[in-house]
Amino acid sequence: MSNKGLFSEKLKIVNIGLRSFKETLDVSGAESIHVEWKPPVGITADAAKILAGSRVRIEEANLKAAAIINGGSPKLVGMGSAIDVVPGMQKNLILHAGPPVSWERMCGPMRGAVMGALVYEGFAKTPEDAGSLAASGKIRFEPCHEHQAVGPMAGIISASMPVFIVRNETHGNLSFCTQNEGLGKVLRYGAYAPEVIEHLRWMEKTLYPVLKNALVSTGPLDLKALIAQALHMGDEVHNRNRAATSLFYRAIAPHIVRTAPDTGTAVRVLDFINGNDHFFLNLSMAASKAVLDPASGIESSSVVTVMARNGTDFGIKLSGTGGEWFTGEAPVPDALFFAGFTREDANPDIGDSAITETGGLGGFAIAASPAIVKFVGGRAEDAISYTMQMYEITASESPAYQIPGLDFRGTPTGIDAVKVVQKGVMPFIDTGVAHKKPGVGQVGAGVLSAPEEPFRKAVEGLAARLAGNK
Amino acid sequence: MIIKGSVKKGAYSDSVSLMAAAKRVCAMPGVLDAALVMGTRENKSILQSSGMMLPVLEGASDADLVVSIKAESAAVADAVIRDIEKHLKDSPAKPGSGSARSSVRSLDGALKVMPDANLALISVAGRYAGAEARSALERGLNVMIFSDNVTVEEEIVLKQEAASKGLFVMGPDCGTALINGVPLGFANAVRRGPIGIVAASGTGLQEVSCICSNLGQGISQAIGTGGRDVKKEVGGIMFVGGIRALAADPDTRVLLLVSKPPHKDVLQKISLAVKEAKKPVVSVFLGSKEVMPGVFAARTLEEAAHAAAAIASGTNAAAPNAALVARMKTDKDLVKKLALALDGKKNRRFLRALYSGGTFASEALVMMRDAADVFAPGSVHANIALEPFNKLEDSWKSREHTVIDLGEDEFTVGRPHPMIDYTLRNRKIIEEAASPETALLLLDVVLGYGSHPDPSSEIAPVIREACRSVPVICAVTGTDADPQGRARTIMELRAAGAVVTESNAHACSLAIELIRTIENVQ
Repeated sequence: MSNKGLFSEKLKIVNIGLRSFKETLDVSGAESIHVEWKPPVGITADAAKILAGSRVRIEEANLKAAAIINGGSPKLVGMGSAIDVVPGMQKNLILHAGPPVSWERMCGPMRGAVMGALVYEGFAKTPEDAGSLAASGKIRFEPCHEHQAVGPMAGIISASMPVFIVRNETHGNLSFCTQNEGLGKVLRYGAYAPEVIEHLRWMEKTLYPVLKNALVSTGPLDLKALIAQALHMGDEVHNRNRAATSLFYRAIAPHIVRTAPDTGTAVRVLDFINGNDHFFLNLSMAASKAVLDPASGIESSSVVTVMARNGTDFGIKLSGTGGEWFTGEAPVPDALFFAGFTREDANPDIGDSAITETGGLGGFAIAASPAIVKFVGGRAEDAISYTMQMYEITASESPAYQIPGLDFRGTPTGIDAVKVVQKGVMPFIDTGVAHKKPGVGQVGAGVLSAPEEPFRKAVEGLAARLAGNK
Repeated sequence: MIIKGSVKKGAYSDSVSLMAAAKRVCAMPGVLDAALVMGTRENKSILQSSGMMLPVLEGASDADLVVSIKAESAAVADAVIRDIEKHLKDSPAKPGSGSARSSVRSLDGALKVMPDANLALISVAGRYAGAEARSALERGLNVMIFSDNVTVEEEIVLKQEAASKGLFVMGPDCGTALINGVPLGFANAVRRGPIGIVAASGTGLQEVSCICSNLGQGISQAIGTGGRDVKKEVGGIMFVGGIRALAADPDTRVLLLVSKPPHKDVLQKISLAVKEAKKPVVSVFLGSKEVMPGVFAARTLEEAAHAAAAIASGTNAAAPNAALVARMKTDKDLVKKLALALDGKKNRRFLRALYSGGTFASEALVMMRDAADVFAPGSVHANIALEPFNKLEDSWKSREHTVIDLGEDEFTVGRPHPMIDYTLRNRKIIEEAASPETALLLLDVVLGYGSHPDPSSEIAPVIREACRSVPVICAVTGTDADPQGRARTIMELRAAGAVVTESNAHACSLAIELIRTIENVQ
């Protein structure tokens, strides 16, 4: 051992462990940095060994996956009825958020939304009848994600529902998402009262045709450019979509006025979009889905391509583990509750909207959105800290989505499940919170860290595949 | 009385911070006992055996914070748990010094902020330390592993890997080092100078570096290797590597080697490296009879430090040391005085040593072994092994002459090191002083970074009480530049009634002479 130069260099120390040692180093004037260390997620020794031995291979595969995500070009190209455009859609099929779940294991709000959708489709007269039908086995349930689609909260898509069509121009693949219903008593939070169904019908009969025609007039809308601008205006396009919705409104309004059948209809549609800050959420989700899908199927890659919750389970998919879901119990978010509600009322985490975090937006871009910082504990600094921590577990930084407050640094993009497990740093998600009973609706909004279990299983699954491939 | 507990998911905190918090909570009115620990299997079994385990705590994992409070009433327990949760909520993610730094969660994250970092100081729980060290080596950093409980197999792999890259792995279980003048871990504020140290013993390194510094000399580098490095399995990879590095270092003129006796194969390698170093070398391999050609082999840490300092200042290491010779004279009078004070207490015949520094306990035993006319092998007991003495079956029960290292596992599980937390040792001091068999108490106080910020405030009152029954001899390791201040500490301990020495060897020799005097008188 002939230490090359340590004695002639200035000592620069990384302190991993006891904080008191960092304080000593500060007192003695040494240059040092403290690591806020946490134990890694426990995986089997075999898996750890395989992953350590395949580090280079995994990292190369991850760079490939990240390049696909970052190179994506999502454009809103039109609209259609789910039955006509969503691949594999059928009359008796209900798509839902998150990993697969049976009616028996479905949480309250998702059951409520299914019941509402069955009434909306005319399969049942009352919610009670709808419940019996759902339990009868005559209705099939599949995840939106298995049909190139995503849905917020319960994420229910039934055959007659209109959907946005987003095309990733780089790869030609499509993704789908419903129109956002607005806040209050809405299907996605599990409400199924008559006015909820009435509103869905209005969205199908009035909103949809107007938007569809307007989109023919606009031509493909560049969602990537729009989201990039919204990030500069204080959105992270998951829990805050005010700027993005405004930008969308500016783009579409003239075309609605030009193509709507009459002024009254145009006004009602424009007022609806204008009055719903979350209108753009479904588009940011579809845009994220469109860029992530082509990144799946890269051998050895530990990049997460899906992160989704059904209110019972939290599930993820990795690029390098085929179509397999890895799931764990969905946690209840830390939330700010609406007046009259408490944590006791909250349903565990639900919705496909974590696709935004998977694509480097939402909680990963929260440093761009100091306005929603009250959901993370108060200070703008905290929001920056959350985003900074996410750089620890991502494979790349977005070239398009930037954070002004970090000198326009690209958002942390492409979650690397191996890094998540090794560092014990869990993905940070901001989200809405549904009441645990069907029929009530939203009770708050908040934040959560993804649970460890799906990541542990996914990484072990990847290790098993790597071992098999050798 | 009631026990209440809670689990805070994912609220990880390091053990020192948690023990500090537990101490704070224990001091609250109405609180009888408090445990704040991470939910590892070991910690849960400690809770179980201390009667602080609750069913709600069983599901906690390594990354979850477990709180268990024994209090006079449920109201007190609830209030304390709420207070702890509030503290936890307030404490993490306090950026202040630039938000980028506060969010560093891994070595890689740190390297983005400090890309030219060249040393990783690792003090995470042992089973994770190896992996952190490996990634530091992969990224070209030198490593110091403070953590213990790293397997010897892992240590060998790490050290071989480091050697092939020309990097250091100091440790595992390396408590202290001084690199380029920067104190790492438990280290003292010593002068810089021409003496380069390689040490397989933490307190040994502190002792020799402090004595050299107090003699007006200084330390170029002090490389810790961890105690296992000189055993057969590891083969002295870091010890020999350290010698070579110091041999090549132009600022190092004298080498000072500190260890327990190395394995004979390792000694051979050390011998070769020493020969190639072509610099004067002083060694202290406590208890070893082996002598390396061309090396000044000292018997004690103090003697080694004096020899190295002598060489560094251009005098002969083997020449009689005027200061030490003069001391022998005054020691005689002092021993006489102490023996007189004990006169008439015929049962008080035994030495009881309570050490916070492990190497000091070894040094004491080695010196006692050399005084075979005073200490028959069967009459000396210790909680560390040294032939031919007896290992105590129960470390909590002293027998005849007893030497205790309070840094051993049986005393430190779930508790801070005795250099940080004096509670347990203070209790034992009072116990031993009260025992009618005790002739004298032998203690150490180690100053420096990482140690208790004001040790004399903790131990002086206890010494004062003990001195009413028996003589107390206490060695102080430290320098005047240390945060606690050596001169001040010595003054306060003397004021409490202790005989204070500036080296452990001196304290031991006084203690041995006192026992000899007592035995001869009787």
